[in-house]
Amino acid sequence: MDLISSLALGFSVALDPINILYCFIGVLLGTLVGVLPGIGPTATIAMLLPITFTLGPETSLIMLAGIYYGAQYGGSTTAILINLPGESSSAVTAIDGYQMARKGRAGAALATAAIGSFFAGTVATLLLAFFAPPLARAALNFGAPEYFSLIVLGLLVSIALAHGSILKALAMIVLGLLLGMVGQDIYTGTPRFTFGVRELFGGLNFVAVAVGVFGVAEILRNLENEKEREVGVKAVTNLWLTKDDIRRIVGPVLRGTALGSVLGVLPGGGHILSSFASYSAEKRLSKTPEEFGKGAIEGVAGPESANNAAAQTSFIPLMTLGIPAHPVMALMIGAFILQGITPGPNVINEEPALFWGIIASMWIGNLLLVILNLPLIGLWVKMLTIPYRVLFPAIVLFACIGTFSINQNIYDIYAIAFFGIVGYLLIRFGCEPAPLLLGFVLGPLLEEHLRRAMIISRGDPMIFVERPISATLLGMALLAVIVAVLPSIRKKRNEVFVEED
Amino acid sequence: MALNASRNDLASGALFVALGGYFALEGLKYDFGTPFRMGPGFMPVVLGGVLVALGVAVAATGIGKPDAEAAPAWPWRGIALVLGTILFFAATIRGLGFIPVVLIAGFATALSSSRNSLLAALVVSAGLCVLCLLIFKVGLGLQLPLFGPWLRF
Repeated sequence: MDLISSLALGFSVALDPINILYCFIGVLLGTLVGVLPGIGPTATIAMLLPITFTLGPETSLIMLAGIYYGAQYGGSTTAILINLPGESSSAVTAIDGYQMARKGRAGAALATAAIGSFFAGTVATLLLAFFAPPLARAALNFGAPEYFSLIVLGLLVSIALAHGSILKALAMIVLGLLLGMVGQDIYTGTPRFTFGVRELFGGLNFVAVAVGVFGVAEILRNLENEKEREVGVKAVTNLWLTKDDIRRIVGPVLRGTALGSVLGVLPGGGHILSSFASYSAEKRLSKTPEEFGKGAIEGVAGPESANNAAAQTSFIPLMTLGIPAHPVMALMIGAFILQGITPGPNVINEEPALFWGIIASMWIGNLLLVILNLPLIGLWVKMLTIPYRVLFPAIVLFACIGTFSINQNIYDIYAIAFFGIVGYLLIRFGCEPAPLLLGFVLGPLLEEHLRRAMIISRGDPMIFVERPISATLLGMALLAVIVAVLPSIRKKRNEVFVEED
Repeated sequence: MALNASRNDLASGALFVALGGYFALEGLKYDFGTPFRMGPGFMPVVLGGVLVALGVAVAATGIGKPDAEAAPAWPWRGIALVLGTILFFAATIRGLGFIPVVLIAGFATALSSSRNSLLAALVVSAGLCVLCLLIFKVGLGLQLPLFGPWLRF
């Protein structure tokens, strides 16, 4: 199938009224959680996973994808209006966006963010459509050793996701892998770590682990130190850009899109990195660098385009290899699995409607975001006044009812409580939860491919370095670790993440 | 601080050692197998051992480097009420049914924030109950009795 007919198929799926409706709900919810500091897309998608169980595969994945890029967008609204990034990737937007808002140019800043995001989203979606199929075709030749090496690569690059100690990130990955072993062994059927509880034979519920580690742990973390937020800008007027503004944002939007598209493919928080990279690039290229930090429109246009482009291209490794680039993508894997689809290179051939439907829906979702957000900005400003103390009981209840509704299994609920407290302790002690979740998702796959590869090679581990693709992947994994450990990069990485808090 | 080490590193290291140790010891009960045909115990024992080693390493890096900031206060009330609510939900959802469990659970979690008064918590839980009914019962058709068998006479 060539690109045009594939895209036509995709649009026929994405333009189905039901799918448009759920895409709309997705971007609306995403914007909502993006706007509200304290609940991120990871927790939201984790909570909504059980709900999507009742929908068809296309519809549910379209909605979840919508939440993800909607949240990127909503985060920038909060950043501009109250100088508090709703999402980590919009931390940079806050620097100049808030200054613009203080000068009474909040409308222009929001419009710039919307236009930049839309343009970047459109370009990155096209890139996804171009590059995903050939990559998936290459991945079809992968055998067990290649998959094993690929998973190792995916896990090790996820270290870049975590700020702080690399040792802790490694330990979290290993803990995640171990948790993934709970349940019956795939080859012999031996129940492992189940305490004799029948309900655990199928393994720990992914949703319960995700909701516990990201949702409940985050709530406990917020309860440590409660404070109310203040909305600085009460009303937004004049969304139109002047001719001069438009002239100034063209360059930053183009450069931001390019940077974001490339960095988004890299596993490990590419969207955060790309907005920082774009900001510093614009500052360096600008004829008036002293304006940056005081309300330069370029400082909003570049990073916003970059993080939205990265949000789209981070779907490439997920859709072609089944390897998540960051925690939200790990949740998307969970969503695929809930629908009985194994994400990976086969999706494009076996479920073309799903594959192209998601891609087409991204473009529609981006369009919806622009239509939705500019007129509704007043509503989002109002949302910011909802206190957290009302929100979090809702999160806890939705999580419990939602998780219960998947399998009607009360052990899944106990698992939420267990992972809530373990996750809270680990986060409190300075460990990032994201690598744990990646490890948990990829653990069973890792074990299966390792054991299969060893059977193929009759117990000779050299098989992983003798096969060229596998060896290359392992080499890249090694490189990722070395790069993460290098002192100069470490310092840079710390700088990037320090500003984020 | 009297302790000349990072409490965070020591605590997380200990947690990793404990969890890794559990998986490795429990894994020893299963067939280990050979590299050619790995048994169900192979990966847990190996990875558990790695986790113990990483835990020791994490703790070791913290020695001599006390935490820069004092640890935030423990949110005891939040931990007790939020986790308690989740456990309560699991234990009673089948017996008491949807409405009573959601009302009580919503009330208890709302109280875990010191900013919610009793009245505010009541309002929140009633509102949430209506919302959850609409979303899960009406919207998604969740199969769960509104009032469970424990409440039928």
